[in-house]
Amino acid sequence: MKKTIILSILFLFVLVSAHAQDSNQVEMADALYANGKIYVVATVAAIVITILTAYVILIDRKVTKLEEKINQK
Amino acid sequence: MDSFYKNKIARAWWWKIIAIFCLVYTCYYGFIGKVPAMVVLHETIRNLYFHVTMWMAMMLMMLINAIYSIKYLSSLNKYDDLVAEESGKMAMVFSAAGLITGMVWANYTWGAPWTNDPQLNGTAATILMYAAYFILRNAIPDENKKAKIASVYAIFAFVMMFVFIMVIPKMYNSLHPGKGGNPGFNKYDLDSNMRMVFYPAVIGWCLLGTWLMSLNVRIRRIEEITEEN
Repeated sequence: MKKTIILSILFLFVLVSAHAQDSNQVEMADALYANGKIYVVATVAAIVITILTAYVILIDRKVTKLEEKINQK
Repeated sequence: MDSFYKNKIARAWWWKIIAIFCLVYTCYYGFIGKVPAMVVLHETIRNLYFHVTMWMAMMLMMLINAIYSIKYLSSLNKYDDLVAEESGKMAMVFSAAGLITGMVWANYTWGAPWTNDPQLNGTAATILMYAAYFILRNAIPDENKKAKIASVYAIFAFVMMFVFIMVIPKMYNSLHPGKGGNPGFNKYDLDSNMRMVFYPAVIGWCLLGTWLMSLNVRIRRIEEITEEN
């Protein structure tokens, strides 16, 4: 009887401590990373910034052309 | 007519390539890279690459603004004043981006878009001060007088920016890390994984700001020359 009480208390203690550990765990978006779908988001963001900077390159070239046009005058 | 070739760095491509590389790297590894698990912040710590870098870029633009204002006062060259004005405008763009992203981040971590945080109020004061810079510019019709007075004000505003953003928030309790007893990001949290993304992010956004600013300066130059003829 004494043994079972001690064992059950121990078991309870383990359970509580396990739970306490669980709540200490900071929740992160692990699932999103586990199934790999985050790579889609990262790729899309990278493509967006690539296209935007490519557009800035086009503007830069346009400005350079205008400058050369004025310099030739 | 070799005025356009004076500033070779604005027409160079190498630093623009670095900017693009850093930005694409940031936007990819900003999401993929490992971040430390932290209470309250959770995954939002990734905003460090996008929100904090806006302020870094803004401060660089204000630094360029101050440098070219000093340069103008010693040279009285109109071109220096033009660079100062355009860098000030770019600083306003970055401050708007930083403020809006900061409000979104604060809404989900601190519970309100605007807390009465000395850092936030200091930043608002800085933005108003630079808004006053443009009001001052537009208030004076005489070109030379405008440039001179605005340059003197810009130096004052740059010093006050440091007081408002770097000094005062450190003296009071602030929710921002590194202020008022809160540990800074670089003490425990900014581990080597985050540094690998954060530093390229700072370089990338700063270079992008410089690039856009130089484009604006070049367009203004073209405008001026075509108006003269």
